[in-house]
Amino acid sequence: MEPFKTLRSKVVTLLINDIDTDQIIPARYLKATDKIGMGDHLFADWRYRPDGSPNPGFVLNRPEMQGREILLAGDNFGCGSSREHAPWALVGYGFRAVISTSFADIFRNNALKNGLLPVVVSADAHQELVADLKHDPAGEVAINLAAQTITFPGGRTERFPIDSFSKHCLLEGVDQLGYLQSWLPRIKAYEAEHPAPVQTTARSR
Amino acid sequence: MKPRTLYEKIWDAHVVAQEPDTPAILYIDLHLVHEVTSPQAFQGLRERELSVRRPDKTMATIDHSVPTFPAERLARPITLQDIRDAQAAQQVAQLEANAAAFGVPLLGLDSPSRGIVHVIGPELGLTQPGMTIVCGDSHTSTHGAFGALAFGIGTSEVEHVLAIQSLLQTRSKTMNVRFDGRLRPGVTAKDMILALIAEIGIGGGTGHVIEYSGEAIRALSMEGRMTICNMTIEAGARAGMVAPDDTTFEYLHGRPYAPKGKAWDEAVSRWQKLPTDDGAKFDAEVVIDAGKLEPMITYGTNPSMGIPITAPVPDPAELADPTQRSSVEKALRYMDLQPGKPLLSHPVDVVFIGSCTNSRIEDLRAAAQIVHGRKVAAGVRMLVVPGSEQVRRQAEAEGLDRVFKDAGAEWRTAGCSMCIAMNGDRLEPGQYAVSTNNRNFEGRQGKGGRTMLASPLTAAASAVTGVVTDPRTLI
Repeated sequence: MEPFKTLRSKVVTLLINDIDTDQIIPARYLKATDKIGMGDHLFADWRYRPDGSPNPGFVLNRPEMQGREILLAGDNFGCGSSREHAPWALVGYGFRAVISTSFADIFRNNALKNGLLPVVVSADAHQELVADLKHDPAGEVAINLAAQTITFPGGRTERFPIDSFSKHCLLEGVDQLGYLQSWLPRIKAYEAEHPAPVQTTARSR
Repeated sequence: MKPRTLYEKIWDAHVVAQEPDTPAILYIDLHLVHEVTSPQAFQGLRERELSVRRPDKTMATIDHSVPTFPAERLARPITLQDIRDAQAAQQVAQLEANAAAFGVPLLGLDSPSRGIVHVIGPELGLTQPGMTIVCGDSHTSTHGAFGALAFGIGTSEVEHVLAIQSLLQTRSKTMNVRFDGRLRPGVTAKDMILALIAEIGIGGGTGHVIEYSGEAIRALSMEGRMTICNMTIEAGARAGMVAPDDTTFEYLHGRPYAPKGKAWDEAVSRWQKLPTDDGAKFDAEVVIDAGKLEPMITYGTNPSMGIPITAPVPDPAELADPTQRSSVEKALRYMDLQPGKPLLSHPVDVVFIGSCTNSRIEDLRAAAQIVHGRKVAAGVRMLVVPGSEQVRRQAEAEGLDRVFKDAGAEWRTAGCSMCIAMNGDRLEPGQYAVSTNNRNFEGRQGKGGRTMLASPLTAAASAVTGVVTDPRTLI
């Protein structure tokens, strides 16, 4: 995983509430057995017309949006299924941060494991950022993960929450499995003290 | 000792270690695996040269991308050659190969126990009170009906559990949802959960684990409790739980993986200590009068957009909150519905009885009760898809398949089917479905399809009339 330290980018604005994972990536794209090309399917049902051509009315298809790395969404982003294909699609497309007033729990966990930063801001700050971008659609937002700050085009700086462990993993670009593995002796000790309630291998079919 | 909730007791019993400012290491008792969210996790293990640490705590099955077939046309188990979608076939083959290579037990295409992962876990007795259960699927919350802590995880976490049988987790907040009173006839567990989600909203449970309590919950069968816990994720909550009681124990007794003999008695006495202690505190409380509930149906594009079936579709112009107003406007545009008018009598193209929410034997019996002696209305396609091959056999033994087929419905083999529309069963653009599944998101049941979520009773009633119908008029 690439470390995440600071990010400065123009913003793609998609002010829809409750954007669910079926919109982020429809289920018919979940038949892949790898992560390759997921970015092409991001927001597929909004982004493409029935014949597969780009829908010119959708924000991602506007020429000036190309290369923007921050997505500003409505409330409760990422609700619905547990598919990690959702952050894979966002990261595959080129997004590195999503701003919302809240994120669904599983989506947030999945995003953090893929170097995609979920930035939670207050409703008031969200409104101000929307206003800033209305005034200057090419305005840049700056994110500093170490300081946990986000600075709007209009100059307002907000602190955003993130648990210190996820922050450490993002800053260093390390995943969580290594940390978990370092606890193997304790996990084994736990197993020795706690008999398994079920054994799936006890019965074959 | 401080009084604790059911959630806190299971949490405390499974924390292996916790360092300051770091999530806890939570031990996982059972890991369920399916073909869609596991290939990249197994690939990760290969890249790191790791094995599956506890295959004896892991169970795989095939449910999402497997097609369903008319049951009478398939007297033998499905094979890989029956899956015509090459990508789906490859995904299934990949799980078979991964299970063989890593020694993970698989209830595969040819297994008489195959079915939707959240149907077969309980049915086989793998799901038991007090356990921690995970699966790369948000509807893992279903298993909480047994007083287990069960939640959905992403593929990275699937890899973690395969590798080390533990997860990094932060403790959730707790919410008690109490359903007082008794349900009236024609009102079901599905209506209870749709009413709750309509009340607290699609993000209303975010950060919380919900425990369901109250007279109406106690009166529910395990099937009903599973329906409620299943859709808990649709309110954003990580997990739903019901304290185990005699209903739970009766359901589990004699199931293949349930403890036997002396071990059974010991397990029951352990399980009886799980319910929330008197005086334990929840972070949030919600009370709903179950006696006042009506059959519910959704009009919009997320599960919180539900109304009593006799009520009119909300008028966005009357909503004070501008973001809520624009959400409802957008939903009504997609659904092509008129505000202020009831959904009753709205034409229906497809009725789907199935999914991990409502595909168990009791759901099929409820639907059959309505369909019995009636015909599916002209122009309506009705699919009945049992949640597992075991449910299918039981339904066939009870003659339910005949009831459905005589009425003109399709009786199909088990799978996720039209709930997720990645297996060939799907709506066509513009079609209206009354569906017993869990999500009415745009395109969920097929691109351009329009889903109205409801109970098996309401769905079956709408199938025989061809329009959205209050099941109480047909019971």
